[in-house]
Amino acid sequence: MNQTATLQRPAPPGLMTQIRTRLFGSPLDCVITVVCAALLTLLLYKIIDWAFISSVWAKEDEPLCRDTHGACWSVIDARHRIILFGLFPFEEHWRSTLACLVMIVTMVASCFSWFWRATRLSILWLCGFGLFYLLMRGGVLGMAGITPERWGGLALTIFIFAAVSIIGMPLSVVLALARRSKLPAIARVTGLFIDFFRSLPLLTILFTAAVITPFVLPGWLQGDKLYRVIAAFAIFFACYQAENIRAGLQAIPSGQDEAGLTLGLSYWQRVTRIQLPQAFRNSLPAIVNQFVITFKETSIVTIVGFFEILASGHAAYGTGEWTPHYIEVYVFIGVIYFIFVFSLSRYGAYLEKKLRVGRV
Amino acid sequence: MGSLLRNRKFRELFLQALVVSVVAALLVAMVINTRASLNAQSLTTGFGFLNRSTGWDFSFSVLPYSISDTYRKTLTIGILNTLLLGFLGIALATVFGVLVGLIRTSRNFLFSSLGTLYVEVFRNVPLILQAVFWYSIVSHLPRPRSAISLGDSVFLSGRGIYFPTLNIGVTAFLLMMAALIAWCVLLLVLKDKLASATRQKIKWIGWLAVPLVWFIIAWLAHEPGTPVINTPALKGLNFRGGMRMPPELTALVIAIALYGGAYIGEVVRAGLMSVPRGQIEAGFINGLSARHIFTRIRLPLAVRAVLPSLTNQYVQLMKATTIGLVVGFSDFFMIISTSINQSGQTLELIAILMSGFLLINLSIAFVMNAINRRIALKGYEVKG
Repeated sequence: MNQTATLQRPAPPGLMTQIRTRLFGSPLDCVITVVCAALLTLLLYKIIDWAFISSVWAKEDEPLCRDTHGACWSVIDARHRIILFGLFPFEEHWRSTLACLVMIVTMVASCFSWFWRATRLSILWLCGFGLFYLLMRGGVLGMAGITPERWGGLALTIFIFAAVSIIGMPLSVVLALARRSKLPAIARVTGLFIDFFRSLPLLTILFTAAVITPFVLPGWLQGDKLYRVIAAFAIFFACYQAENIRAGLQAIPSGQDEAGLTLGLSYWQRVTRIQLPQAFRNSLPAIVNQFVITFKETSIVTIVGFFEILASGHAAYGTGEWTPHYIEVYVFIGVIYFIFVFSLSRYGAYLEKKLRVGRV
Repeated sequence: MGSLLRNRKFRELFLQALVVSVVAALLVAMVINTRASLNAQSLTTGFGFLNRSTGWDFSFSVLPYSISDTYRKTLTIGILNTLLLGFLGIALATVFGVLVGLIRTSRNFLFSSLGTLYVEVFRNVPLILQAVFWYSIVSHLPRPRSAISLGDSVFLSGRGIYFPTLNIGVTAFLLMMAALIAWCVLLLVLKDKLASATRQKIKWIGWLAVPLVWFIIAWLAHEPGTPVINTPALKGLNFRGGMRMPPELTALVIAIALYGGAYIGEVVRAGLMSVPRGQIEAGFINGLSARHIFTRIRLPLAVRAVLPSLTNQYVQLMKATTIGLVVGFSDFFMIISTSINQSGQTLELIAILMSGFLLINLSIAFVMNAINRRIALKGYEVKG
């Protein structure tokens, strides 16, 4: 016991010592600290003043907006339904809300390690996504049918993200395994495919899917423009994710697979019991990071003509008295994105830390 | 047949042949289907349209242009616009990134928290949202009449930002650039050849001489009777003279610089943190000043560590410039998309779009990899 005690690190210095040495260690440090403190306070004060103190909240108070330098949240009060739901019929907004909540719960649930089994995760996502689709689409259980052309706002953003994840994730596993195949023809073809998609901007690929497919595919395979774009997005996502998984596969010591071979396990047994679990563990932070990027990139579909949250934001301030309040709308959308993306990226950082601790 | 299927060699060969033939069959089917649908819509294919004149206007061009230019020239302008946007955005993003990386590695945690705040805010909001945000800010600046003036030479207005320029032609400008490049090459050549005292002297003389040469060239090249510096001035409802940076370009450059800066900042920080403590302590023991420890030990080692991921970021940012369309900046993508609407030559234009981006990204990767090879592991060599 004594031995372990001597090996322990010295206790970290106390808070006061840290403040003294790190904030006021030298005259220059003192100056920097004071300037930064002043800057942060000013920034914080300005933001709080703009957003909360001098701001106008209710939509009836819109005339007051002209007399204040604060934010005019009336525009959000009046138009938030457009931003969140787009052209979805007004009486059915509860369905859109419920659908979004279901999807958010699904996303949060899949962050718990209890769900990290192939079967549990796929059941969770298929149920969550199925429920989302059912609620949005309707046509059953007395709900009026609403076609995807009328979906919009945050709901469409979440739909695209969820659909891309649910198609892209299994595809990425297949691509990663195929690229590492011992059979040269399969590995080459997959490699070319992945590298081709990775070398082009997402917008180019989505645009091509929207514009070119009518030429290339026969009519019965084309489907709606939304589904074409989602399919292209999913392939793009899968190509990036496949490279992350491949990195995880490569990090597994070859002895692991060889041990499986010696025990007489088949290829599929080795892949599902030995390789993939470890590969996912190795590259989990990178995989989460790819989801973070993908969530941000859903905003690009606005350029190929979909009414997702950014486009619906434009529509929200585009009419009449609300045109001067574009900043409030952008801040509102920015905050929504920030909440999703920031929590997901924090979760990724937490995973990275946790996995590193487990390994040492 | 049964015994053949049990043979592993045969099975593998069969599987590969199957995959290759399915892929080939899919490609052939696509081509046949494309042919059929083109015939059905009686569209002509081929690149002949490149020599037709376009007949439509677009918002911004680095070169003088007119609506009677050919598609070939218009597409070239699109690529040049994208390159200009990418260059400005990436250069500024690198500056921001290095600054933020330095700030975030500061020991003073109040100072480094400022950097963290910046990174978290700008990295967690989509680039396209940032672009439209800055565009709405920049295009709502006051009209030229009441433009914000910075020292009566730079004017910020809703029509764009006006800078003073030199009243010289392109040749003179290229000459000035050539002088600067020649001087840099000379510095590199002389680097190991002279005693350090003489080298220092030559350095000083050179840095004084370059502006002098520039001034002489500018003086000789400017049109007689006009001032050397062309300052924008309000004439009627708009500015005359100087150079105008349109709000579309300004907004995109700001957005890409801030967004890219947050990512590059993280790369730079990781690079600075990756320098082993022992290296820095060794410099300290040898009596180097804090400045020398930074410029001679920490920075060179960090640069080497970050180059591969920096290359990656540059390629990503270059791909991200395609969002120009959302604010109406006529970049390569927007020109292609307008061309498709106007000419109907969808397949050819998409092929041009893809090859254009492949070319740009491969060149970035090529240049950066060349730099990487040049500096890789040099620090571990022992000079004789």
